Amino acid sequence: MMSRIVGIDLGTTNSLVAYVDERTGLPVVIPDGEGRRLLPSIVGFTPDGIVVGEAARRQLARRPADTVYSVKRLMGRGWEDLKDELRYFPFKVLAGEGVVKLAVGGREVTPPEVSAIVLRALKERAEAHFGEPIEQAVVTVPAYFNDSQRQATKDAGRIAGLDVVRIVNEPTAASLAYGLHRLGQGVIAVYDLGGGTFDVSILRVKDGIFEVLATNGDTHLGGDDFDRVLMLWLLEDIQARHHAQLDRDCIDLARDNEFMQELRLAAEAAKIRLSTEERTTLTLPLAGFTYHRVITRAEIERLLEPLVARTLGPCRKALADAGLTPAEIDQVVLVGGSTRVPLVRKRVQELFAKTPHSQLNPDEVVALGAAVQAQILAGGIKDMLLLDVTPLSLGIETLGGIVSVLIPRNTTIPTSAREMYTTSVDGQTVVDMHVVQGERELVKDNRSLARFELRGIDPMPAGMPKIEVTFLIDANGILQVQAREQRTGKAASIEVKPTYGLTDADVERMVEDSFTYAEADVETRLLIETRNEADTVLTHVGRALRQAGPLLEAGERQTIERAVAALREAREGKDRDAIRERTTDLNHATEHLAEVMMDAALKGALGTRRANEIMTSKAEAPPSSGDRR
Amino acid sequence: MSDFFEVFGLRRTLAIDGAALQRRFYELSRQWHPDFHQAASAEAQARALQESAHVNAAYRALRDPLARVEYLIRLEAGRATKEGATLKPKAPPALLAEMFEIQEALEEAKAGALDEAARATLSAQRDALQARMSETEVQITGPLSQAWDAAAPTARPAALKALEEALATRAYLRTVIDDLANVLEEAGDNETSGSESSRDATASPGRPERVGGMGGHIGAPHQ
Repeated sequence: MMSRIVGIDLGTTNSLVAYVDERTGLPVVIPDGEGRRLLPSIVGFTPDGIVVGEAARRQLARRPADTVYSVKRLMGRGWEDLKDELRYFPFKVLAGEGVVKLAVGGREVTPPEVSAIVLRALKERAEAHFGEPIEQAVVTVPAYFNDSQRQATKDAGRIAGLDVVRIVNEPTAASLAYGLHRLGQGVIAVYDLGGGTFDVSILRVKDGIFEVLATNGDTHLGGDDFDRVLMLWLLEDIQARHHAQLDRDCIDLARDNEFMQELRLAAEAAKIRLSTEERTTLTLPLAGFTYHRVITRAEIERLLEPLVARTLGPCRKALADAGLTPAEIDQVVLVGGSTRVPLVRKRVQELFAKTPHSQLNPDEVVALGAAVQAQILAGGIKDMLLLDVTPLSLGIETLGGIVSVLIPRNTTIPTSAREMYTTSVDGQTVVDMHVVQGERELVKDNRSLARFELRGIDPMPAGMPKIEVTFLIDANGILQVQAREQRTGKAASIEVKPTYGLTDADVERMVEDSFTYAEADVETRLLIETRNEADTVLTHVGRALRQAGPLLEAGERQTIERAVAALREAREGKDRDAIRERTTDLNHATEHLAEVMMDAALKGALGTRRANEIMTSKAEAPPSSGDRR
Repeated sequence: MSDFFEVFGLRRTLAIDGAALQRRFYELSRQWHPDFHQAASAEAQARALQESAHVNAAYRALRDPLARVEYLIRLEAGRATKEGATLKPKAPPALLAEMFEIQEALEEAKAGALDEAARATLSAQRDALQARMSETEVQITGPLSQAWDAAAPTARPAALKALEEALATRAYLRTVIDDLANVLEEAGDNETSGSESSRDATASPGRPERVGGMGGHIGAPHQ
């Protein structure tokens, strides 16, 4: 038995770590100290250090410029790929050399470094669980991730001090989790719609072999896009309905980062509620008034329809590549949080004409599958084997910017391809090669992966050297290149310049940096959380005063303002207990204000949500207070 | 390294039992897949990676009857790589006149707008070519393949040549059909149809040059 390997789902929205329990043989998710299974994939950069997960999520609306979410969408990508999307991110993204960089918390970091922070938190979670160091992990990626995106994920592992022993495709990982007990033999389709990416994989399951027949997808389509269309629709609605107030106060909501974050979170929450309810009310406090909106299932479905429709094309292509019709699919499995949306289920059911499986929690199934794969690699499971494919064709640029394919998409991996090349000029000692990935005929329409230089070729007349170049895609779906000049038997050296990746030297430096910018220690983290809590209360009280202030007596108002000032002062210090006490004081001082808000809300003068927020902002309020309304 | 037929313990025949091939593929995968060699030495891991890649490539080449023929031709010609394929797309002699007409119509269509009548003609021609291509494929995987399997050693070159010519015809038809589809703006699924014949290109100065001129094999496994 080798050392322990954990399975990690590094998601757009949430990340998880899981392992296979030796006694039961079943994969289980490792919770944190407070029993939480999902770690929000959010990293907050504060002057005091870095916070990750729930703590970072809580500061999303308050520190939008320094809180990074959905970084997976940026992994292995360049400025050109992202420029249409970047304006929706409240944090600053810079065009780097190939890879983009984020300017947050007064420094520049790359997407793999941010992902590494999430990975390290999961690593620590697992270490706390087992009481031993964890150094190896299987990490999942969307099946449709290209080579750069996979490499970026591996780099993130290295920066986090984890040896990523295998990159596994998310839909196939899910099939392993299901395959353990729930699937019989046959052909299955895995429909995986997550926070930021969509994948579909068709597999044949037979005698413990999970053979992927075809895969397709869209690495830029997921729940984030659902939130965005709803958010933009709401923004328009707010502007249309409240333009008088907004114009009067010269407010441009679209430019207000904090507001846009709150709107995004409110839209996400409404979307989630509408998966189980037919209608929901969205309430959003704004300066001087409250925005109310009843949203119906039908309304959101009208907004989501075009996005859901975009998933069907890849499904049909995967079927065509597998040489199958929908009727030949025996079972359909739903994976990813976005498959909770009823419209998604409906469309999938229509396409395959069968009721999809969703018994396993769609948020957890990928991590569970990663744990199964980890156990296979550790030698703990011997009867299951996953045969995956490379999602995109791999080729080389030839004359006229045309791609010559060496390895077609949906080729089972590991795989290799060999080609012979020669020189075109007498005495040429260096040959340039440009490797691209994608399905289009022209190089410019495909993904540039890397440029290689074959050096050290003996000077010979043009056309004489016979250089054998071997492309090898390993079991992670990552390309390796070898070259050899056959006449002399000399291995030509290869210099790889990844187009959208980090060099080994970059990664080394980031590993070093990651120690310098270590995550805030426990004390600091608690301090940051306490401050965050204080900030939340301060924000809410500030709003409540603006809205309901005139309804209070002058004396009460003064008491509250004094409590506010006291908390503000404490907040600047490092005394956690003092901050907590002042927060409690302020909560007490505003009890009556909360009631006033509540009454006003009941009379319809103010938003119910506002009053509600006052209540919930009373951190750890006694249970009775929750029942007061 | 062993050739793809040898990988599966097969003779160089084109009639292959698909179910048996799959069974053997799964067995070999269990033997060589890197998943089962994680604890091995670096050397043994590298070997497993090579073997497993070879098994996968072999299965891909043999499971599809057309890809199988292409591989056989390459193998018999003694080429381990795909380069320098002699399988230049070639117009079937019987169709030359018709092809000339289609090419002309294609040129016109590319130059200007396509009226309804022209569109209908091209569309009908494409359907006819599609049918002919299917016919050619049936010929290749049927009688021509059987002829190879049955041929005495002296008759093999002729059997191979017949296969080669039929494949060249198919490659040509495929290219024209793709062109027609493009012109008819039905390129939507062309992009995913697995056709690579139309994008093979000769290498040239500035770019690495492929040995043997005309780059690339023709017609990827058509699935």
